[in-house]
Amino acid sequence: MPSRTVSHGASGRLRGLFLVMVLVFLEGSVFTVAVASSDQHSPITAHSGSHKATDHGSHNNTGKAFPVLDLNYENVRVPFEISLWVLLASLMKLGFHLVPHLSNIVPESCLLIVVGLLVGGIIRGTGETVPPVLDSKLFFYILLPPIILDAGYFLPIRPFMENLGTILIFAVVGTLWNAFFVGGLLYGVCQIGTESSSILSRIGLLQCLLFGSIISAVDPVAVLAVFEEIHINELLHILVFGESLLNDAVTVVLYHLFEEFSGIGSVTLLKGFLGVISFFVVALGGVLVGVLYGILAAFTSRFTSHTRVIEPLFVFLYSYMAYLSAEIFHLSGIMALIACGAVMRPYVEANISHKSHTTIKYFLKMWSSVSETLIFIFLGVATVAGPHDWNWTFVTVTVILCLVARVIGVVGLTFIINKFRIVKLTTKDQFIIAYGGLRGAIAFSLGFLLNKEHFPEREIFLTAIITVIFFTVFVQGMTIKPLVELLAVKKKQEAKRSINEEIHTQFLDHLLTGIEDICGHYGHHHWKDKLNRFNKKYVKKCLIAGERSKEPQLIAFYHKMEMKQAIQLVESGGGIKMPSAVPSTVSMQNIQPRPSTKPAPERAIPQLSKNKEEEIRKILRTNLQRTRQRLRSYNRHTLVADPYEDGLSDLFLKKQKMFQIEKKMNTYLTVPAPPPDSPTMCRARLASDPQAYSIKPASNKVPMIQVDLASPQSPDSVNLLDEFGQPPSRPREAKKPSEEDEAKDQQRLMRCLSDPGPSADEDEDGAFLP
Amino acid sequence: MGSRASRLLREEEIEEIKKETGFSHSQITRLYSRFTSLDKGENGTLSREDFQRIPELAINPLGDRIINAFFPEGYFVLVIFREDQVNFRGFMRTLAHFRPIEDNEKNKNPATEPLNSRTNKLLFAFRLYDLDRDDKISRDELLQVLRMMVGVNISDEQLGSIADRTIQEADTNGDSCISFNEFIKVLEKVDVEQKMSIRFLH
Repeated sequence: MPSRTVSHGASGRLRGLFLVMVLVFLEGSVFTVAVASSDQHSPITAHSGSHKATDHGSHNNTGKAFPVLDLNYENVRVPFEISLWVLLASLMKLGFHLVPHLSNIVPESCLLIVVGLLVGGIIRGTGETVPPVLDSKLFFYILLPPIILDAGYFLPIRPFMENLGTILIFAVVGTLWNAFFVGGLLYGVCQIGTESSSILSRIGLLQCLLFGSIISAVDPVAVLAVFEEIHINELLHILVFGESLLNDAVTVVLYHLFEEFSGIGSVTLLKGFLGVISFFVVALGGVLVGVLYGILAAFTSRFTSHTRVIEPLFVFLYSYMAYLSAEIFHLSGIMALIACGAVMRPYVEANISHKSHTTIKYFLKMWSSVSETLIFIFLGVATVAGPHDWNWTFVTVTVILCLVARVIGVVGLTFIINKFRIVKLTTKDQFIIAYGGLRGAIAFSLGFLLNKEHFPEREIFLTAIITVIFFTVFVQGMTIKPLVELLAVKKKQEAKRSINEEIHTQFLDHLLTGIEDICGHYGHHHWKDKLNRFNKKYVKKCLIAGERSKEPQLIAFYHKMEMKQAIQLVESGGGIKMPSAVPSTVSMQNIQPRPSTKPAPERAIPQLSKNKEEEIRKILRTNLQRTRQRLRSYNRHTLVADPYEDGLSDLFLKKQKMFQIEKKMNTYLTVPAPPPDSPTMCRARLASDPQAYSIKPASNKVPMIQVDLASPQSPDSVNLLDEFGQPPSRPREAKKPSEEDEAKDQQRLMRCLSDPGPSADEDEDGAFLP
Repeated sequence: MGSRASRLLREEEIEEIKKETGFSHSQITRLYSRFTSLDKGENGTLSREDFQRIPELAINPLGDRIINAFFPEGYFVLVIFREDQVNFRGFMRTLAHFRPIEDNEKNKNPATEPLNSRTNKLLFAFRLYDLDRDDKISRDELLQVLRMMVGVNISDEQLGSIADRTIQEADTNGDSCISFNEFIKVLEKVDVEQKMSIRFLH
C-alpha cells in the first residue's frame, strides 16, 4: 500500500530529524556547560594545586566522606572536547541529509559554516570566550593533510597529466596575477581613496601584496566541497582542482617572501631574483620529497604479505611523513603529499590485499570528510570569535577586486593557452573555471598566522578574508549548481570504463606513439611511452612483489572488472537473473540486477537458489571481504579446507594457473551441473594439479554444444559451453544436473577470485559497465 | 642538394597538399624535411625499410601495422605487386588523419569531410584492426592485436576470454564481430579528437 509506506517513511524521517536535533542541542549545551565549567574549574585547581590532582587517588585527611561519585573534568577535558567537536560535526552531516531537499539547494559547506556560527553564538551567548579553534597548527598539521591525501591518492592521473600544462599555467601565472593585481590595486585604493589619517593609508605596499597573495589562492578544500556536488565533467573538474592543489607552491613562496620583506623593510632586486629561484625549489623540492616517500612506501608494501593488517598504516604514515618533511624545509607540503600519493598508488595497490585497499579507501574518505566538516564549522566559530575590524572600503574593494582579477586572469590565460591546446576551452568552460575559484580556510589560516607586530592591520585583513570566503562559499557555492544546469555544461559521465575503451585507448596510445616517431616529433605520447617502458622494465620489478610485476595493464584491468562483477553478483542477493544463452546479447549487462532494456532472453533463467548463494558467499567471504549481514547465513560445515583465509597473496601465485584453467571455460554462459562442493574441490585440485581441470566435452548428462576454444568460435557455439565437464574421475561429487547457473556463478567467482587486487579508479559509483 | 633539386617541393605541390590535407605551409615544409631525412635512398619515396629503420617503431607493438597504413593499396595487393613505396603525397595524406580538428572545420558537409574528422580518424584506427578489410573486426583480428599489445606471457585462453568479452560488449547486432558503427559507438565516450591528434605546431 503505497500511501501507508509513504507516510510511514515521512514520519520516520521526521522522527529521525527530531532525534538528531535533540541530540545536537543536548550536546551543544553539554559542550557549552563543559567549556563554562572548565573555566570555573581552573581557578579552583589553581588554588588547590596538586591537591586536587592527587585527590582521586588518595584519601582526604579533612574527614570528608569517601567520594563514591567524583567529578573530575580536568583530566579528560582536552580529549573530551575534541570528541565533542567531532561528534557535533558528524551529527551535523547526518542531519543535513535527513532534511529533505536541503542538501540539493544549499551546499554542505554553507550549512556547516552556519552551524559553526550558531555554536559560536551559543558559546558567546553563555558569556564564555569562544575558544580559538582554528588554530593554524591544528589546521595545517591535523585538519588539512587528510583532505589533501585523499585528493592525491585518488587523483585521476591521466587527465591530470594530459592537462598539466594548462593546470600549471592557471596555478602559477594565474595566482601571481591575482596576487599582484589585488595587492597593487588595494594599495592604490588605500592610498588614494581615503584620507591620510585613516588607518587604511598606513597599510604599506608590501602588506597589501602579502594580503593579495593570501587571498588569491584558490582553495582545494572549498573546491572539493562544492564541486563534488555538481558532478561537472572531468576536464573542468581536474582543471580547477589541479589548479587549487598546485598553487600551494606559489602561495607558500609569496607568503614567505612578503613576510620576510615586511619584516626587513627593504626589497632589492637580488631578493626578488632569489624569490623566483625559491619558487622552483619549493615546488620541485616538494614533489621530490613526495616521490621519495612514495617509492619508500611502495617498496615497503612489497614485503607486507605476511602482515596484512598494518598495510594501510604504511600508506598513511609515509604520506604524512612526506607532508611533515616538506614542511620542515618550508617546501610545499601539499605538493609533497600529492606526489607521494600519486606515485605510490599503482605499486601499493598491486601489492596489498583487497581488504587493505578497502580500508585505505574508507579511512581516507572518512578522515577527509570529518576534516572538511570540522574546517567549515571552525570557520563559523572563528568568525564569531573575531577579533574583527570592519572597514567598509577595504572589504568591499577586496571582494570586487578578487572577482575581477579572477575573471580577467582566466580569460586572458585561456586566450594564450588555447593556442597550444588541441581541445580548446570554450567560453562556458572559462566561465566555470572563473566562477569555481573559491577561497577557503587556507587563506584564513594563513592570515591568522600573521604576526601582529609586523601587521598592525591584521584584524582588518582577517575580516576581509572571512568576508571573501563567505562570499565565495555562499554566493558562488550556492549558485554554481543552477548555473551549471542553466549553461548546460557537460556533466560527468557516470559509466565506468569498459574493456573496449581500455583496449582501444591503449591501441590508440601505441598508434600515436608510432606516428609521433615517424614524424620525428617528440611529443606527449613519445615521452609517456618512454616512461611506461622504463616503469615496466625497472621500477615495477623493484616495487611490486612476485608475479604481479610482469602483469600487463590490460590483464590487470580485466581481472578487476571480473572481480567487481562477482562481488556485485553476490551482493545483489538472490533473485537475480542469470545471463541467458542468447548469443551475443549475453553480456555483462544482463548480470546486473538493474532492469536492462535488452531483449528478453530466449531461455528461462533459473533463479539462484539458496545453496548456490551459500557457496558463493562462502567463497567470497573467505577470500575477499565480508558479505553483508542481510544475506542469509552460511553453512560452516560445507567448508572443507580454508587455507586462504586472509591470503589473496597465495591466490596471486596460483592465479595464473587458475586463470589458465578458467579460461578454458568460456565465461558468461550457463553451464551444466557443478558439484555442490566444487569451490573447495577446485581449490584442492588446484593445490595439487591444475591439469586435472580438463575439459571433457563428451558428457551425456546435460545436452550442450561443445566448443573447441582453440578455434575461432562460431556464433552458435558461444551459447552453451561445457565448462565443468563430468569427468568419470570425480564420482564423489553428487551432481544436480539441473542447476546450471550455480556452476556458472562459481566459475565466474573463481575467475574473479583470481583477481589480484582492487582498483580505486572507478569505485565511486556502484554501477558496472553499461 | 644539387642532384636533389628536382626533389625540392614546388609551390604548386605545396598548395595541392594544403588543399587536400589542410596542413599549413610551415607544417608541410617541416614534414617534407622529415620525409627527406627518412628517405635514405634519395629517390623521393619511402619504402618499408625506411620506416623500419626508425628505432622506436621497431619496439612499438603496432609498428608493422602503422607502416602498412602508409602504403596505399590493400595488404594483399602489396604482397602480390610489391608496390611498397610511398611518395610525399601519400605520406601527407596518411598523416593528415592526425591533424587536430579545428573549430572552423566542424559542422561541415559530412559528404566532404576533411581527412581529420572524427569519423575518418576512427576509420583509420578501425582499418588498423581490420586487416582483411571486410569492415568487421573479427575475434581473430582482435586476438592478434591483443597478443601484440600484451606480450608473450599471457596464455591464449586468457586472451581469448578477453577478446570474447570485448566483442560481447560492443556487438549489438549479434554477428560476434565489431562493425565500424559498433566501433564508433563504443568509443563515443573517448575524446577521440584529442587522443588522435598530434600537435604539429612549429
